[in-house]
This record gives sequence, C-alpha cells and structure tokens, in this order.
Amino acid sequence: MKILIAGISGALARQVAMLLKSRGHEVMGLDRRPWRDAPEGIQVFETDLRKRAAEDVFRTRKPECVIHMATVNALTAGGDERARINVGGTRALFEHSVAHGVKHVVFVGRHTYYGASADSPLYHTEDEPPHGIGSFPELADLVAADLFAANALWREPKLCTSILRLVYTLGPSQQGTLASFLRGKRVPLVLGYDPLFQFIFESDAARAITLAAEQRVKGIYNVSGPNPVPLRMIAEQTGRTVVPVPEPLLRALLGRAGFPNLPPGALEHIKYPIVVDGRAFKKATGFTHEVDEVEALQRYRLLTGR
Amino acid sequence: MAKDEAVRDLVNRLELPFNALGVDPYGISKKHLATGFSILGWMYRKYFRVHAVGVENVPKRGRAMLVGNHSGGYALDGAMVIASMMLEMEPPRLAQGMAEKFINQLPIGSLWSSRTGQFTGLPEHAERLLLDDRLLMVFPEGAKGTAKLYKERYSLVDFGTGFVRLALKTKTPIVPLGFVGGGDAVPTVMNSYALGKIMGVPYVPVTPYGVALPLPVPCEVHYGAPMVFEGSGDEDDVVIKGYVEQVKSRIAELIDAARTNRRSRLKRGGAR
Repeated sequence: MKILIAGISGALARQVAMLLKSRGHEVMGLDRRPWRDAPEGIQVFETDLRKRAAEDVFRTRKPECVIHMATVNALTAGGDERARINVGGTRALFEHSVAHGVKHVVFVGRHTYYGASADSPLYHTEDEPPHGIGSFPELADLVAADLFAANALWREPKLCTSILRLVYTLGPSQQGTLASFLRGKRVPLVLGYDPLFQFIFESDAARAITLAAEQRVKGIYNVSGPNPVPLRMIAEQTGRTVVPVPEPLLRALLGRAGFPNLPPGALEHIKYPIVVDGRAFKKATGFTHEVDEVEALQRYRLLTGR
Repeated sequence: MAKDEAVRDLVNRLELPFNALGVDPYGISKKHLATGFSILGWMYRKYFRVHAVGVENVPKRGRAMLVGNHSGGYALDGAMVIASMMLEMEPPRLAQGMAEKFINQLPIGSLWSSRTGQFTGLPEHAERLLLDDRLLMVFPEGAKGTAKLYKERYSLVDFGTGFVRLALKTKTPIVPLGFVGGGDAVPTVMNSYALGKIMGVPYVPVTPYGVALPLPVPCEVHYGAPMVFEGSGDEDDVVIKGYVEQVKSRIAELIDAARTNRRSRLKRGGAR
C-alpha cells in the first residue's frame, strides 16, 4: 500500500514509517522539518502541509492511505501558530485527501482530548465530549482538530476515517509530553495530588498506528497500552526525585528557576488523571501491547541512564 | 500508627488485580491502603469500638452495592463501613465509596481518595466499578445526610434514586445497612456554610465544644440481607421510587435494631 505520513520527521512518526516499510508498504512523508538520515526508500518532502507543494505530493504521488501525525501541543508551538498548524493543517490534509483519491485517513490525535478536571471520570469512552477546555484553553485547537477530523466520518462517507486518541508515549526518542516532564533529575508534583498517567511504549504505539492503517478501521478509537500508573511512581521508577510543590508556588515558578514553561492550565494535567478505555480499539484490530507498565518504566530508566 | 503486619496481610489478601508495583488499574495502591487501614483499623477497634452485625450478608465476591444512612457530622460512617468490610470479612473486601466532588478538589484529599479507591460519585465511576465486580458503597442521602444535626441523627432525609436504576441496569444486589453513633461522635448543633465556603468544603459542622473533632463514642453497624430487584433500570419514576422506599424502610429497621443493640451495650459499659 502507498502510504503518506504527514509530520514524518517526528519521533514517533519515524518509527511508524520504518515499521510500515519493513512490512512491505511504500512509505513517503511530508514535514517542514528535515529527516536527515531517513532510510533509503522513504522519500521525505520538505514542505508545510498548508503549502501548494504539499498538495502536489497528493496529486502526483496518489497515496492510498494518509497518516496525520502533524499536530503539535502547547510544549512545541504557541498561540496562533499552533492553532494554524493543528486546525489549518488538518483541514488541508482532508481537503487534499478527498480531492486526490485517498481511500483512508488516519488522524493520530491525543487522549488529552478528554481534558483533566476534578469531576471527570476515570476511563473515558469514545462517546464522551471533551472536558475542562475552559481551564486549559491551549488545548482547544487540538480538540478542534480532533472534532474536525471526526466529522469527516459523515462529511466524506466515501473516505474511510480513523480517529485515534493515543495516550502519552514513552520510549527511546525521549520525546513527548511525559518525556519532557521527566527530563530533569527532579520532577515537580503538585503537593497533595498524584494523578494516574497512562502511557504506551513507543514501539507499541507505532504498531497500533500501523494496525489502524493496515486494517482500515473506521471510527473513533482510544488507543492505550498497559494500565495507568501514578505520576509519583513513574518518576520514582525511572530514577527521578519527586519534589511536591504547593500549587500557588508552582504556578508562580512555571518558566522560572528551571521549572518547565507550561501554560497554567497544564497544571490540571498534573493534578488530575486522563485515563481512557482502549478496549474498542483492541477489539477492532486485535492490538495488544508487548511492553507492560513495569517493563516500560524499567527500560526508560536504563535509556535515560539513571 | 505504624503499618502493622496484620494490616499488610489484609491488604495482600484483597482480591484486586494489583500489578507488580502494587497498583490496580484504578490507581488503588497497596502502600496507601496499608497506611490508611492502620489508622482506620485503630479508629474502628479502639476509638469508636464499632460493633458490626450481619457482615455475612455482604457477598464475598462479585458486584454488590452497600447502601446506608449517614448518621451526622461528616462521613465517619462511610470510613467505618469501609473498615468493617476490610477487618471483618473473610477474605477482606475493599468497599469503594462514591465521594463528594469537593474531596478530589482538595490537596491531600485528592491524593488519598484516589489511591484508596474512594472516587468522585459520578455515574460513570459507579457503573464501571460494578461491571468490574467491585463492592460499591453508596449513601443516597448525599451531603444532606452528613449535614444532619444531633437531634436529627436517627432520621433519614430524601434518597436519590440513581442507585436503584444502576442496580437494576447492572443486576447488582443491594445490601442495606444501618449505622448509628456518628451523630453522637460529632454532635452537630449547626453547620457553618460560610466557613465551608472559605475552606472549599460544603459546610463545617459546629459542636457544643466548637471544633468538630469526633468524640470516642461506640458505634454500631448492621448489615441486612441482600435485596435484588428485577428490571432494566429504564422503569418509570413511580416504580423506581417504590424500590427506593423499600430500601429506605429496610435501612430504617436496621437503624432501629442497631440503636437497641447499642443502648444495651452502653448500659453494660460501652465495651463489646
């Protein structure tokens, strides 16, 4: 199958590309960022999804399946630029796909879609609306991108659309939300709170996305691996020192004295859990994770040399 | 309170799917349970000298719903019911309450309720836990129940109806329970809603001696035979309310029985 990956230079997207290639697919990618040591046979077009050159790739290369991994979160881009990438990029991807005969679009979204708040339940199912956008406005464009992609399910009935809401990934690339949280030797926690964090090892995440593409599953699916683990335990098991900080103080310290520069709303995500029910995806694709939570944390500890 | 070996052993005998780190899929942690039950166990045995009757009515395994009354002050009754399921059942079971929303908003409260399985009382939580064959603990009077004054301690306020619909939908037996003693432990003369607002809680109970620290009075809990209703949970309100009334009157009987028992215990000097 001829597969185009938007955002191919991202850490997880590279693993998806290589896995698909090893399984005999023809893989190409689009990205603003270069992938310098891209393996032979994977062609990377260095262009923005919203530029004319990107549409040319759809037109001339005629991919059968497009995997959208070109969304960014508040850690990567700020303000209007993030909204343009997430919402504008998603729109362009669907428009080009419909115009140039793509049969299947896989939107790789995030489980943070559901939001974190005191009164949000554990184990979200796919039919739930997002929560707590008001307290974390920086999440709104990712939610909008997810909903926009999902409404292709009725807007474009001839196109098969898969919406994946993927939990945090952890693995060799040491990139992603959870990895940036574990970057330092000390991990700040909000005093008196310790949310469950749900993560999947990168190799398992790449396999899940590959399965979604190969099996052409239509619909919205949470993608999760092993059971969630409290954040304190994640930090301790990966060899970090936990520093509980009272919330008002932590709020004041964000972006100062070596603390990560998170938007204030992100604090909700280290106070309250986002845990999803991934059973529907497992049932639809037969996906099972290979790396459980204990092994994932052990391997991450070794990877980061602590 | 040191974590004693006996408590550790109880936690180890809980039939919950803990992983190698001692955490279950909901984030319930063996470590926190051991600490929590060391304190609750002491309160149960030594401070409140709780006497439990009819524990054998609680199913040893599978989904079940403990439904009881609040007896005043704050949810001491809930804590003692949780302790009695852990200490008096064989094998021990973890009762999972449906907590008031404010608890998860408070530092420490959020952490400890999450690690011990006392989740916010959302319908999604209740249903998922029952489908997972857990033991759910419900006080259908809600916060209005804990806000009872001393003179109202044996009364029952309005019951919500959601618990019956859920029991029908998930085919869950309801185990009624009557709890007495909480109203004497926290003899509330008034509730300060203004103070509550400042502290981020619904209200603060005020006692004749000021602060609402509980007095060491004996408590009593009686469990009744499981009640099973047939239906889908989609029945008309009239039907549901009929079932709710049956549960409520059963609880009133259990409260009466517990009062009688407790009175004779007090006459004999309070000890078991």
